[in-house]
Amino acid sequence: MSAYKIQEHEYDMVVVGAGGSGLRATFGLAAKGLKTVCITKVFPTRSHTVAAQGGISAALGNMGEDDWRYHYYDTIKGSDWLGDQDAIEYMCKEAPAAIIELEHYGVPFSRTEDGKIYQRPFGGMTTKYGEGPAAQRTCAAADRTGHAMLHTLYQQSLAHDARFMIEYFALDLIWDEEGVCRGVLALDMAEGTLHLFRGHGVVLATGGYGRAYFSATSAHTCTGDGGGLVLRSGLALQDMEFVQFHPTGIYGAGCLITEGVRGEGGILRNSSGERFMERYAPHYKDLASRDVVSRSMTIEIREGRGVGEDKDHILLDLTHLGPEVIHEKLPGIAESARIFANVDVTKQPIPVLPTVHYNMGGIPTNYHGEVVQKVGENPDQVVQGLYAIGEAACVSVHGANRLGSNSLLDLVVFGRAVANRCAETIKSGSAHKVLPPSACDKALANLDKLRNAKGSSPTAEIRLNMQRTMQSDAAVFRTSKTLKEGCDKMATIFSSFEDVKVSDRSLVWNSDLIETYELQNLLYNAVATITSAEQRKESRGAHAHEDFPDRDDANWQKHTLVKVDEKGKAGFDFRPVHMYTLSDDVEVIPPKKRVY
Amino acid sequence: MAEFALPKNSKIQQGKRYPAKPGAKNVREFRVYRWNPEDGANPRIDTYEVDLATCGPMVLDALIKIKNEIDPTLTFRRSCREGICGSCAMNIDGTNTLACTKAIEDCSKGEVPIYPLPHMSVVKDLVPDMTHFYAQYASIKPWLRTQSAAPPKERLQSKEDRAKLDGLYECILCACCSTSCPSYWWNGDRYLGPAILLQAYRWIVDSRDEDTGTRLDELEDPFRLYRCHTIMNCTRTCPKGLNPAKAIAEIKKLMIERRA
Repeated sequence: MSAYKIQEHEYDMVVVGAGGSGLRATFGLAAKGLKTVCITKVFPTRSHTVAAQGGISAALGNMGEDDWRYHYYDTIKGSDWLGDQDAIEYMCKEAPAAIIELEHYGVPFSRTEDGKIYQRPFGGMTTKYGEGPAAQRTCAAADRTGHAMLHTLYQQSLAHDARFMIEYFALDLIWDEEGVCRGVLALDMAEGTLHLFRGHGVVLATGGYGRAYFSATSAHTCTGDGGGLVLRSGLALQDMEFVQFHPTGIYGAGCLITEGVRGEGGILRNSSGERFMERYAPHYKDLASRDVVSRSMTIEIREGRGVGEDKDHILLDLTHLGPEVIHEKLPGIAESARIFANVDVTKQPIPVLPTVHYNMGGIPTNYHGEVVQKVGENPDQVVQGLYAIGEAACVSVHGANRLGSNSLLDLVVFGRAVANRCAETIKSGSAHKVLPPSACDKALANLDKLRNAKGSSPTAEIRLNMQRTMQSDAAVFRTSKTLKEGCDKMATIFSSFEDVKVSDRSLVWNSDLIETYELQNLLYNAVATITSAEQRKESRGAHAHEDFPDRDDANWQKHTLVKVDEKGKAGFDFRPVHMYTLSDDVEVIPPKKRVY
Repeated sequence: MAEFALPKNSKIQQGKRYPAKPGAKNVREFRVYRWNPEDGANPRIDTYEVDLATCGPMVLDALIKIKNEIDPTLTFRRSCREGICGSCAMNIDGTNTLACTKAIEDCSKGEVPIYPLPHMSVVKDLVPDMTHFYAQYASIKPWLRTQSAAPPKERLQSKEDRAKLDGLYECILCACCSTSCPSYWWNGDRYLGPAILLQAYRWIVDSRDEDTGTRLDELEDPFRLYRCHTIMNCTRTCPKGLNPAKAIAEIKKLMIERRA
């Protein structure tokens, strides 16, 4: 493997990914005096956080009574009691300060009449522990909150002394003999050169893997690279069966239409114009949580009440909101609906369909962002040198179903938490351990194999097979039969990667090679997802299993841990859900029936 | 009259043609700029015949179809595919725009020419080098600058003051405007260009920012600001419907007002 020249760079901390959580971690670490580099495959403001629309939750109480404890309760209920209650307590308690911090950084939040941050209702966000009216908790910058936030976080990064390596792709994690993560091997896409970034800690902030599915709101770049790196390192991911379908992706194009539309009063209607959510969620109706709404829409379509020629989608009606509200609060989705559905939202409803949107599962961590694994009898063993945050991680604050506007919150709260943790535990400038000469061999062997791959299946073909399989067999509703078939098909597709064909042999900006790496990462994530779904014999949150329609707390209130080996074979273990809190400020919320 | 010619190694040559599969129903030709720094050859125009019957509606759909099914070496940036990340900015049918929001049927009849953003160094095919553009962005120190102590809660901002940011904060840094500006083509090394000036104005008018004077001082320069000659290609081309020319005009007005 000596044919490949590797440039070595020494930092205190290496962050992989420059979306919301990666940026918050990067400048947080830099502000703490740690020499930090952020490696990112796209320029920071191109990261998928930019596409978040509706808002970021925090119990500021700017527009009515609110309390972070209500937010805590809602998040636990939303998670269908799979979320870790210590982490949820941490996130909801930190939320108001996190939002104020963002405002001080300059996020252009929409405003109330008295100049405070504007907050809108969102699905599953309630008051009085689910007994009161819907909460107005989601802080918004019109319907472009993610864009406003991501740009602001990048601007803060420019104000700090952090180094960015833009359009560098992380190939593999580098470990020492003791199983401590020591750095990342990356490819400079512009030059095709290899770089080893040494760090006392590596923070994975690589986002989700929506592109494992055929139709997703996710960007093309959401390819689960962090999950791929971790699984290829022989570690386990957690709760991968829980994939959120957003109720309102634009029919056909798959682009997101924010839940904020329903927060502002938009209504879902079936073919007879009926507001059908009243039947499924009598109290909160269209603002029930996302898994509930997506299932209700799917049932409507199945029972023949869908709209369109094939009766295969649903209508989202906001014509009654009036042009002023649309212009002030929802200008972005008006633009998207016009471009991608040819719809004038002031006059016509938007055709929508539940669309893959978010991965609750990911790299297991504690609430400091430290990656944990189950080792022997210890379910919370920290992996030295490795951290994960944002959608790539599974803290787990979202459990089996994430509430809308909790993800942007997750990004900044845990991006900040990991920076604080590393400032306490890592000494700037301390010497880097000498690595064994073979440390990069496995990574280079993979690179060599993919660069020169001359099989018969082009990357795009394998990717399409995977996406179609996941779309049909790991969907909103799952059955033992579809899951079994899906596992078998995914096993074949995973194996077909041995026969992958890469056509571009160049070094400079070889996007064919990068897409092949991304496909490899996606395949690991997809196998982890469908096999985890197959083994969970209950229904909980986003995992709706028709042969096991009820939640089974006695047997299944536990986190799935899944490893995937080089042959694509999955192995399972479990961690208990944290049914304890960090303080006496809140009580543990025991499981109960989930009704909206 | 002086005649200008491209250097020999920059002359664009006729490239390959990739015919549509037999039986294709609704064929459209895409003529795409190709250049690979590693092969030593001149840039060329490859022609791809794409069957629109099996292709999504946007130009990006066609490019992805070409990459997936015809020629995996075709290189371009893309990410969100919904007009918010700004990755796939390129020159399509003679206009700088985003491939993901440009409908194929909105291109003029016949073949669709696709080039990288004009007057930028090309890294490969449709990928321009954005380094200088990003450095210019950083040079305006685009973050909230305050002197007063931060309040325990949010800095209050009236709805009216917040509305002043509309049409500015939505910029996605795609560089369509700057690379459509002849003045930026000529003096891009020192002229900040419309995108960056729009960003500068976004902070100048933010009621929460307390460094307006310094911001204006930093722009008071024959090149950085005043190379704008109100050509207005920027406003005409912005794929987000923003008006950088107006933002620049507002800065120029403030410069005059503060001299008075």
